Amino acid sequence: MGIIVVGLSHKSAPIEVREKLNFSESTLPDALEKLMTYEGIRESLIVSTCNRVEIYASVNDSAKGIDRIKQFISDYHKLSREVLDKSLYVYPDTKGVRHTFRVASSLDSMVLGEAQILGQLKDAYDIALKTKTTGTILNKLIKKAISVAKRVRTETKLAEGAVSISSAAVELAKKIFGTLEGKHVMLLGAGEMAELAAQHLLGNGVKNIMVANRTFERAEELAKEFNGDAIRFEHFPDALVMVDILICATGAQHYVVNRDMVNRALKERRNKPIFMIDISNPRNIDPEVDKVDNVYLYDIDDLQSKVDVNAEGRAKEAEKAEKLVELEVETYLQWERALDAVPTIVDLREKVEDIRKKEFEKTVSSMNDISEDHKRAMDIMSQAIVNKLLHAPLVVLKQAATAGEGDNTIAIARRLFNLDRELKRPVHEGKTGMQRSEVPVQGGEKESKCR
Amino acid sequence: MNLLFFQAATAAYLLAALGYVVYIIKPSHKWTGEASLWATLAGFLCHVAYFAFRWSESGRIPITGFFEAINFLGMGMIFVFLIMEFRYKIAALGSFMLPLVVVLMVPVFILSSEIKEMKPILKSGWLGIHTSFAVLGDAAFAFACIISVMYLIQERQLKAKNLGAIFHRLPSLDIMDTLSYKALTLGWPLFTLGMITGSIWANSAWGTYWSWDPKETWSLITWVIYLVLLHLRTLGWRGRKMAVLSIVGFVFVLLSFYVISRVNIGKHTF
Repeated sequence: MGIIVVGLSHKSAPIEVREKLNFSESTLPDALEKLMTYEGIRESLIVSTCNRVEIYASVNDSAKGIDRIKQFISDYHKLSREVLDKSLYVYPDTKGVRHTFRVASSLDSMVLGEAQILGQLKDAYDIALKTKTTGTILNKLIKKAISVAKRVRTETKLAEGAVSISSAAVELAKKIFGTLEGKHVMLLGAGEMAELAAQHLLGNGVKNIMVANRTFERAEELAKEFNGDAIRFEHFPDALVMVDILICATGAQHYVVNRDMVNRALKERRNKPIFMIDISNPRNIDPEVDKVDNVYLYDIDDLQSKVDVNAEGRAKEAEKAEKLVELEVETYLQWERALDAVPTIVDLREKVEDIRKKEFEKTVSSMNDISEDHKRAMDIMSQAIVNKLLHAPLVVLKQAATAGEGDNTIAIARRLFNLDRELKRPVHEGKTGMQRSEVPVQGGEKESKCR
Repeated sequence: MNLLFFQAATAAYLLAALGYVVYIIKPSHKWTGEASLWATLAGFLCHVAYFAFRWSESGRIPITGFFEAINFLGMGMIFVFLIMEFRYKIAALGSFMLPLVVVLMVPVFILSSEIKEMKPILKSGWLGIHTSFAVLGDAAFAFACIISVMYLIQERQLKAKNLGAIFHRLPSLDIMDTLSYKALTLGWPLFTLGMITGSIWANSAWGTYWSWDPKETWSLITWVIYLVLLHLRTLGWRGRKMAVLSIVGFVFVLLSFYVISRVNIGKHTF
């Protein structure tokens, strides 16, 4: 059994292709159920966002599994296999585990460290869980991926620092005002950038937006969009008294806001701080304004350099995060390998317990006048002997499996304890692993005996 | 026995100070902030225990003499810090407050902790009342000063557009400005009460309310500075200028404690 990931993302395919493969949330359960009807697919999960469409699956055989999943996508979306082969990437086994962890930790995202993808992965998992298409392997994989993502988030600074102009402005505003709740914003000029920044501020709790523009109609239009007020351009210096955050982008060729204006406003507002963002080119706010106490003036370059620094910082943190992911992939693989030993351990325990019980019954029934106390003591003693004897072999089995050298050890254990007594001839070394891999994890030990 | 509590308290403060410094310069070690808070709390409890033991041993409230005065100031500052920390949850406060407390308490580590006899003339209930008000007032001023230092750092970084490492840990300018003002409006009345109760005590001990001894004069200057500061605030002063003034005010408080009280004249010599 192995994990495979088949899919495409912003890195491998343009949006025109991605949208063709998209699964909407409401169709996901149905799609998952259809996918499960393909032979050899044991567990599955579909993540479909605007940046990626990926199918995570646990399959009996990797190569066949990949083929079946591609066939499913081709059937479901009615696309030719040739087109798919060109744009789909495939991550089998260890690569699949690594890819899952990287996606969850947002190391594979367009914007490094963005938090959305983890939520999307969780949602996709919830749907698969409800549709009952996941099992031991994918449950473990996704839960582990979520914990890896959390570890990356807390132990690295991958998600720290704003990486867009608007979010940098919001971050700075929060450093000045704490909360943006109830703050007054003025848009001076109605450019696209100003609009974007305003939207971001609104999303962070700003309630009151004033818009001033040379053409009053445009101001009204924009004010309506933001549920704010339009004011006439020549009145803006007076309105400055009420403004906590000023976003300036008029397109004028000279300074529109000067030091006197700001001084006057500050005096009237009793020096309550003003955060000014000048995103116009050429600049519309006189740089002298920045010298006034309680005024914080940032132009587009200031914000951009902050964004650049943050982006660089994230890229650096990504290296740390990759190392973390690598460590976690290894612990996951250990867990997966340890599964190899499970059927043998169960067989061994069953067999030994069987022997113990029989011998115990035999002894007890041959003795007359034996008291309950004595019986209990003998029972406990026999159990203790069995447990002590089994301890070392079980530890060795687990360790060997975890280290990836389980096949030999398992074969020897089975032969030593004669666990495959129903077989005419002993199991060949090295083949046990493969044979068992054909068998579901839960309850698999029973069938493995009959092989 | 009681000295053990004192040592435990100072050790805890030292640990907390270190932890808080790590907290502010290492953003990935978030837990150090919380651990330091618990260390501070533990230290404070030991400190209070020590204070109580010393009280019962000497039979009077232990706030006379340089050792006890500094010890009490440190305790007062931690007390104010803990209240603010539990109320506002700004761990970065500790990164400045704890180191300051440790530095201020240095003389206490060096000086003899021996309990000295007190002049019988001063034995009065006013001792505890006067000093408690005065020290709590000073502790509030210390708090305002610390917040102001943090404010200035953040203000500098915002103005310079150069956001350094500790930037992410500092609270917003608005909160710091408000907190420092709150601390001043709390500290000034306490300090005033300290002065009034002091002069009542002076009257009962020496028969005069005010005698212009160095400490009294200096305290009056300090009191006036903070009064001016609060007045300017009502006139609309804010931010950087207020922060600078608040730091100046606390320098006067410190001078009063560490220099004026040591000048060997007047009644406040201890």
